Amino acid sequence: MKFAIQINNSPYQSNTGHTAYQFIKAVLAQGHEVFRVFFYQDGIYHAFKYATPPDDELQFTAQWSELARQYQLDLVVCISAAQRRGLLCADEAKRQGKMDNDLAEGFRISGLGQLVEATLEADRFIVFG
Amino acid sequence: MKKYLFVLRKPAHSGAQVQEMLDIILTTAAFDQQVGILLLDDGVFQLKNGQQPDIAGMKDIAAIFKALEIYEVHDVYTEVESLRERGLKPKDLCLPVREFYRKDIASLMKRYDVVFSG
Repeated sequence: MKFAIQINNSPYQSNTGHTAYQFIKAVLAQGHEVFRVFFYQDGIYHAFKYATPPDDELQFTAQWSELARQYQLDLVVCISAAQRRGLLCADEAKRQGKMDNDLAEGFRISGLGQLVEATLEADRFIVFG
Repeated sequence: MKKYLFVLRKPAHSGAQVQEMLDIILTTAAFDQQVGILLLDDGVFQLKNGQQPDIAGMKDIAAIFKALEIYEVHDVYTEVESLRERGLKPKDLCLPVREFYRKDIASLMKRYDVVFSG
């Protein structure tokens, strides 16, 4: 089965992001496909490269990057939600006349069209948060 | 093409969430998909007449709803009980809505391919 996932909460606002992470791992382990993970609203905080939690806590962003590398997952961050909250990739920062490069490895920034496409392609679409 | 039902349950000015959900609704409609909107619980306040969002530093949500017609979104539903529990009548809302009783909401949802919570 083909899944599309949306995540709306930040890592420290609620545990829904981590629940989504565990769900995706379970889905992939059972041989299903995850077409896309779309980070929206405060969910975009999962993609901040410079999040630096203490060593004895879960490294949420690093976990996503590792999962993306392992399974070639498509992790998409909504551009308007990201810009509103100060997350800019190097290209976009340059276009806005700013100096920044916040996007962690394995994520890409794109628009809401990518979310609609994912819901059209998937057999199941699940929103976390 | 798929049929999408957006289920809105948050009050009008609960942070940026309402506006960001409306962005998804407008994008889905712009992709020529069939879109319905169901307002449940405090979500019914999103359509309330006479909002003064500028006092709270927010955008006028009701005005965005009025733009839905341009995107050919005509199916706006609400729940009889949600309105009644909050002392609201359909005339208090800025758009014409179709009312469903709580017992009929599940069968309404079954008519759609994607039920999008927000």
